[in-house]
Amino acid sequence: MAVPEKPVLYSFFRSSCSWRVRIALALKEIDYDTFPISLIKDGGQQFTKEFQALSPMSQVPALKIDGITLTQSLAIIEYLEETRPTPVRLLPQDPKKRASVRLISDLIASGIQPLQNLSVLKKVGQEAQLTWAQEVISSGFEALEHILQSTAGKYCVGNEISMADLCLVPQVANAQKFKVDLSPYPIINRINKTLLAMEAFQVSHPSRQPDTPPELRA
Amino acid sequence: MQAGKPVLYSFFRSSCSWRVRIALALKEIDYDTFPISLIKDGGQQLAIIEYLEETRPTPVRLLPQDPKKRASVRLISDLIASGIQPLQNLSVLKKVGQEAQLTWAQEVISSGFEALEHILQSTAGKYCVGNEISMADLCLVPQVANAQKFKVDLSPYPIINRINKTLLAMEAFQVSHPSRQPDTPPELRA
Repeated sequence: MAVPEKPVLYSFFRSSCSWRVRIALALKEIDYDTFPISLIKDGGQQFTKEFQALSPMSQVPALKIDGITLTQSLAIIEYLEETRPTPVRLLPQDPKKRASVRLISDLIASGIQPLQNLSVLKKVGQEAQLTWAQEVISSGFEALEHILQSTAGKYCVGNEISMADLCLVPQVANAQKFKVDLSPYPIINRINKTLLAMEAFQVSHPSRQPDTPPELRA
Repeated sequence: MQAGKPVLYSFFRSSCSWRVRIALALKEIDYDTFPISLIKDGGQQLAIIEYLEETRPTPVRLLPQDPKKRASVRLISDLIASGIQPLQNLSVLKKVGQEAQLTWAQEVISSGFEALEHILQSTAGKYCVGNEISMADLCLVPQVANAQKFKVDLSPYPIINRINKTLLAMEAFQVSHPSRQPDTPPELRA
């Protein structure tokens, strides 16, 4: 009988969507190989025919696992949750709390990140892109901070880590990259700090990946 | 304690609201509508649909049992709800400006539909994923309506076209249609 293959994650060190999945793989203690896809080099390696065959949207991350290839970071995380529930669950048991986790994850993954991703910023143009990114992140974080006032405990939803936390940290890193002032968002700030101290968020950090350039390495 | 009837805050023309209305219709959940003229857009309606699925699994399931098929359903739903819809929503088009917005919308929808058509080549049966209706189908129809609104040519996407037609013939997609809502203006009513 064939030995199951190690999963392969197609990832860019600095991609916030890739980072979400790297955190999930770390928390679930799933060993995997990284196939780096640079979004910058060679006009963007995500546009090669080979990669597009795996990821028709030409986006990272993509995960080869259990004989299939999945894209869309939240779909990947939900699949990992359903097939590998231990050692750490990424969604609570209670349906209302699950809804809160998904709501927060969707707010970030649909309501903020896509509006400030590389391809949108390219369309917006160099002059306008910083202001654009700052506006979409600030307005998204304002909504998120408000939601967290009701849902947050130690983490985004109560006191158990969840998929929402995996979305939060990479988005805060993006906010910092675009010089968004985080002082209006104390809950976001606090939770981000708590999470960054955890090993899964450190081993998966952009500064520690196989494709992290030497000058950016931790 | 008597549970109240669910209240849906909905804008007749919002594709995100429409997805949830379809889910409520398929699950035969009676609800009241509170019309809102401006919805804060974002794919958060998928969280609502997943909640309905978990708490009201009958009469129609919106996610298959098999984890790999569930992943396909979510992948397609996310492609639409994160990869296309937010990029052509009202607030983004406002920022893009009146001159550029039609081209912008057409570009994001076309490039998203090109990817989606490719994925559907592997996953689709009668519906987006096999032969059971799913959350992916609830995302598809409103996005096709948006594409038509922006005059995107759909002939490069025969699978999307076929599935859209099949779904529009179903009652849940008709009762939930933007042209039939409490807040639909008279001139747009079916």
